[in-house]
Amino acid sequence: MSNNKKYWKGVEELNDTPDFQLKKNNEFNEYLPAEDFLGDEGLLSNSNTSRRDFLKYLGFGVTAASLAACETPVNKVIPYVVKTDKTNPGVANYFATHYYDGFDYCDIVVKTREGRPIKIEGNKKSPYTQGAINARVNSSVLSLYDEKRFKAPQIDGEEVSWSKFNGELKGKLTEAITNGGKVRFLTNSITSPSTLRMVADLVAAHPEADIKHVNYDAVSFSSILEANESSFGKRAIPSFQMHKAKVIVGIGADFLNNYPSSLELTKQYALGRNPENKWMSKHYQVESSLSLTGSNADSRIPVKPSEQSKVVLALYNNVASMTGGETLSKVSTPFDERVKKIAADLVKNAGESLVLSGSTDVNTQILINAINNQLGNYGKTLDINVTDNTKKAVDSEVISLIKEMKTGSVDFLVISDVNPSYSLPSELSFDEALAKVKTAVVFASRPNATTASTKYIAAAPHYLESWNDANPKTGHYSIMQPTITPLFDTMQFQDCILNWMGSDLSYYKYIKQTWEKTAFGMQTKSSMFEDFWNNCLHEGYFRPSISNESVVTTFNGDLNAAASAAAKTNSGEWELEFYTKVGIGDGSQSHNPWLQELPDPISKMTWDNYVAMNPSDAREQGFATEYGEQKNADTINITINGVEYKEVPVIAQPGQAKGALSVALGYGQTIGKQNEIIGFNFYSAMNGMNASTSSVSFEATGNDYQVATTQTHQTVMGRDSVVRESDWNTFKNGSKDDFNPAHMLATHEGPMNVNDVDLWASHPVAAAGHHWGMSIDLNSCIGCGSCVTSCNSENNVPVVGKDEVRRSREMHWIRIDRYFSSAEEKLDESDRSYGAMELPEDNPMVVHQPMMCQHCNHAPCETVCPVAATTHSNEGLNQMTYNRCIGTRYCANNCPYKVRRFNWFSYQNYDKFADLNPAQDDLGRMVLNPDVTVRARGVMEKCSMCVQRIQTGKLDAKKEGRSVIDGEIETACSSACPTNAITFGDLNDKSSKVLERSKNDRAYRVIEEVGTQANVYYQIKVRNTENNLA
Amino acid sequence: MHQEAAIREPLILGEKTYGEITDDVMASVVGKANKSWWIAIGIASVMALWGIGCILYLLGTGVGTWGLNKTVGWAWDITNFVWWVGIGHAGTLISAVLLLFRQKWRMAINRSAEAMTIFAVMMAAVWPGIHMGRIWLAYFVFPLPNQFGSLWVNFNSPLLWDVFAISTYFSVSLVFWYIGLIPDFATIRDKVTHAVPKKVYGLLSFGWTGNAKAWNRFEEISLVLAGLATPLVFSVHSIVSMDFATSVIPGWHTTIFPPYFVSGAVFSGFAMVQTLLIIMRKVMNLENYITIKHIEYMNIVIIVTGSIVGVAYLTELFISWYSGVEYEAYAFINRATGPYWWSYWAMMTCNVISPQVFWFKKLRTNITFTFFMSIIVNIGMWFERFVIIVTSLHRDYLPSSWTMFHPTFVDIGCFIGTIGIFFVLFLLFARFFPVLPLNELKTILKSSGEQYKKNTDH
Repeated sequence: MSNNKKYWKGVEELNDTPDFQLKKNNEFNEYLPAEDFLGDEGLLSNSNTSRRDFLKYLGFGVTAASLAACETPVNKVIPYVVKTDKTNPGVANYFATHYYDGFDYCDIVVKTREGRPIKIEGNKKSPYTQGAINARVNSSVLSLYDEKRFKAPQIDGEEVSWSKFNGELKGKLTEAITNGGKVRFLTNSITSPSTLRMVADLVAAHPEADIKHVNYDAVSFSSILEANESSFGKRAIPSFQMHKAKVIVGIGADFLNNYPSSLELTKQYALGRNPENKWMSKHYQVESSLSLTGSNADSRIPVKPSEQSKVVLALYNNVASMTGGETLSKVSTPFDERVKKIAADLVKNAGESLVLSGSTDVNTQILINAINNQLGNYGKTLDINVTDNTKKAVDSEVISLIKEMKTGSVDFLVISDVNPSYSLPSELSFDEALAKVKTAVVFASRPNATTASTKYIAAAPHYLESWNDANPKTGHYSIMQPTITPLFDTMQFQDCILNWMGSDLSYYKYIKQTWEKTAFGMQTKSSMFEDFWNNCLHEGYFRPSISNESVVTTFNGDLNAAASAAAKTNSGEWELEFYTKVGIGDGSQSHNPWLQELPDPISKMTWDNYVAMNPSDAREQGFATEYGEQKNADTINITINGVEYKEVPVIAQPGQAKGALSVALGYGQTIGKQNEIIGFNFYSAMNGMNASTSSVSFEATGNDYQVATTQTHQTVMGRDSVVRESDWNTFKNGSKDDFNPAHMLATHEGPMNVNDVDLWASHPVAAAGHHWGMSIDLNSCIGCGSCVTSCNSENNVPVVGKDEVRRSREMHWIRIDRYFSSAEEKLDESDRSYGAMELPEDNPMVVHQPMMCQHCNHAPCETVCPVAATTHSNEGLNQMTYNRCIGTRYCANNCPYKVRRFNWFSYQNYDKFADLNPAQDDLGRMVLNPDVTVRARGVMEKCSMCVQRIQTGKLDAKKEGRSVIDGEIETACSSACPTNAITFGDLNDKSSKVLERSKNDRAYRVIEEVGTQANVYYQIKVRNTENNLA
Repeated sequence: MHQEAAIREPLILGEKTYGEITDDVMASVVGKANKSWWIAIGIASVMALWGIGCILYLLGTGVGTWGLNKTVGWAWDITNFVWWVGIGHAGTLISAVLLLFRQKWRMAINRSAEAMTIFAVMMAAVWPGIHMGRIWLAYFVFPLPNQFGSLWVNFNSPLLWDVFAISTYFSVSLVFWYIGLIPDFATIRDKVTHAVPKKVYGLLSFGWTGNAKAWNRFEEISLVLAGLATPLVFSVHSIVSMDFATSVIPGWHTTIFPPYFVSGAVFSGFAMVQTLLIIMRKVMNLENYITIKHIEYMNIVIIVTGSIVGVAYLTELFISWYSGVEYEAYAFINRATGPYWWSYWAMMTCNVISPQVFWFKKLRTNITFTFFMSIIVNIGMWFERFVIIVTSLHRDYLPSSWTMFHPTFVDIGCFIGTIGIFFVLFLLFARFFPVLPLNELKTILKSSGEQYKKNTDH
């Protein structure tokens, strides 16, 4: 049906009036002058603004306005078109590799998140280092994200492409070889079988040329190598089995910090120091400066450096006369009585003892060999057939290379992984020699003294971007694999050499080739090479199942010559020793702010090196003996071997031998993003490469110098509840009340245990679910600080710099409290005279006590926070809610352990920290752990017991439908501890190790009488003071 | 009407008439400010501006601009806070407690003492604010309903009690003070001729008519507020003391703190009243109202409270030994002989030893000496808080963490700033507000026929 209906818009339309009709034809009701304007051609052409122009202006205007109004959006896109296998956002991947820089060797596991390495841990499966790690190794991840790294190879300071660089150098090398010229490689000790093979290949391929590889270690153990060559006909460093030694004598040997395979030694040392075993080793240390090792000794004799060799000789004579060996020329020292006692102890434990020396004097080391030989220790506590391969440098070879260079006969020199311009003594004038080399190329990852004057600088990758292999110890092989694609246009030393040799193999292929040829044949487990290779890569190491025949070596050497040389060491009124610090080591990582801010375990000093002096000496000389905060150190002008240093701070260091000074190596370089030089380079003052000298003089300048320490009070003030210690006899023969008495309170009902007197209801965590706790063994803790840097790395702890440390505002979540024994001890409970208790002894006993949030069940911090920003979890953790914190600092004041840290500034923005804090640039931020919040200004923070790791562990267990296995979750500190002093676990798990340790007789809680009910237990320190020397 | 024996010395000297009282009080309001006022406010403003600058720098950069550290988390900030709160105690004590005890002499001093209280509490309130790491989140301390579920403030925290105590004290004091001002504002409104002040004082006086009903209500509300304010006088500083007393830090963890703090606060409050009034009576010619007698009475309060404080100090020392607690004992040995010994002995000298000279009538009625002593007491009380806060914190349980506190220029600047702001406010008060309760004063004017005759004889 059709519709004929008509609709009107209005009554006008219906009526259709003429007026309406007129309007209907006119679109616009009012008169518009558009026609007048547009119709008039003349007018239109006279107008400046045409319609097109108008549109242009409009378009431009709108664009300009919108551009001005908005910031350009910053788009950072992660190209994840095809997801990498096993790379899941939020899930960490772990890769086994190793760290080796000529100073430290460590088998490690690298944690990567979203493809970037963020944390380094020890490889617990490795039979060599057994998961031990030190601060230098676990901080090395930060060096990867160093802004100052070379981003491309350079020729004459200009960045060039690798093809140009390699082309040019390949030409130079070929030219040198064909002319029969001298080609030299100067590197740190190389343990890599593939690199050694490569050098050998190069030498073999060009018999016409003079090609030589020289090992150079800034801190060398040349004396041990040479001594063993003389004693056993083998230029090698023995391996040790310190855990079998009942008596350990260290003579100037800092074997827990700076010694061949020191990580292995640390593990072994801790094993022999457990008082719960049948025996506990007795450790004597004879040394000039208080080293990390010396601070752990049961009995310590401070001697001047020149006396060390005499002590060794006297020790030899005593041991020889007691065991019926030939005695040598007599020498008398002020310590004869003590040395005799040590010798007696050694002889009593012949074959179960170990004598070590760090001396750079070959004759002293020969005598050490003779002592160990006389005691029958070879084959038992040390083995010259199983050698340590990480220190191969022989000083004389380096010196002859420099001589060669000075004659101008070296045509081609490759320097890799070492910084000789910095670390060689100035008397060797390396720079002068380097200038005479026709072509010198330096492989370095960041600018240093050697790159400063070299034409060819090869940008080397960080070890986390490199392939390599290593054979650090006889029968132990490991692979270094990259954990990230190189961040910059870098190429490693070996790849370049292959390129210059004309090989089209990559170093990776070359390593595989080496392993296929050698290692693969040393095992029988895998029949396919790829299986074998993947397995080695996964495990990080390889141990041949087919072992080498052991070679019996006999000791022979000219002891009389050694003895007369040792007796003749120069002495002086003042003598000086060069040592390496725990944080900075040989200085190859001195640019790493984490390590600079790691307090020295002994002096607690950060960001500086200095001259250490005995406090009595310092008082005699009129130098300040207290320093830190606003107390400055006095400075001296010191001349060492003719090299003068001006305005060097002097620190009164208890434990330092009287008349002995010591200075740390590795300083005097630029740090982080700064251009400022920190500390003094004392390498230049070394005489040859001797670690000590008697040619030293100094004068006070009358000026002072600001120093930054994290601890300004040195003694424990007789506070038995803070640090508890006992001796071996009391511990073995006494009851708990003798060595670890419970705190009793006097109440009207008689004495009650402090834990039974409580106003509070017991915390519900004890009953159900998890109850996280920790146990720290003061006997195992050596104070190395590995836990501190591990925590920094795990928990994004900011670097605050020297000025802030001086203001006592370091942010470390875990610290190691170091207490010296007082000059005057408390007599009994009622003794209220504190007099000399504040002063440490001249040769003190040392205690290292790791201290972090104690996660008190009755936490004083929790009750005082007005906004409930810090609360107790139902798993026993004291937790911080950063979002809620308003920063009253009340909690920190009320913390009896003073472990809370306040964000005084915005460390990641404020320009004071621009040069220090890695989190202030895009590259440095890559090291941050995405699981841990970066704390804002004005917020309190503290140890969370790595709650993110606990969560991950719980989730993993949940996914697998099981409960958490004891030991599965580790905190950053417990996993980094090379001596397993820290145990973390669930106190509600009846079979957990932490529960067992918290219940043993040595367990106590710090200041238990305050009633905080801490979840962190400590085990008292037991010293083996039996037969101790007065 | 107030009755007093004819032989008793009158509280208002100079044989004033009602009209003269009004004129004397209003002299500063209607007259022109003299040179010394301009100089005083000039100096105070410079101090205030410098302090505000320091505070802005502090807020912009971080609490790290102060000298605090990992061990000493509070130092000058909370010292100043407690010091100002303490000063703020005298006003309410004078107006409320003395009102309840019908101490008529209070009338000459209560107005300015209360003004001082208000301004001191304002200055005190600055400190907990700016000492926060994140002042922009200061509202977290209020129990506000929110969307975060069960997120609530922590009622266990003495700092939260402080929030309530101080804000209550401030509001009650302010209301009390303002109620007292209303009739006096009305008097000024009626006296001034210029239109603008008339309008302003008119608004301030809330339409006061002065009829009997109004006076009746005025008296009643004063009594009610006095009843409310009296417990506050004791509660505020008790609660402030609990910031320390409820903690576990040796030297803080002390049950004696509440009475000790309250008497200390009254002690310092009266000293500050002395400081201010001795100048004011001179500059504003109010010697007839604020007489030697008032000064002597206040000195007696100072000697009593000072002695209470002294007993408290000695009790603390005794208990630290008697308790047998190692840390407690060391805390007090350290106070007296440690690196901050000078602050301890400054406190002892200024607060305990020096006020004892007021046992001599000659000295306690000597104006110059009283002024000098009031400054000494103010310094001593500042050191008392410094000693309690800094010397307890800087060496507590673990010797490894022992540090010193070193103030920075920002610490000093902020403190000087609050003094400056306080004086600016007080000087403005002296210039524009009736500094004496002129209507109330008239109730204690001794008038007799003799005097009337004398006046009319002229």
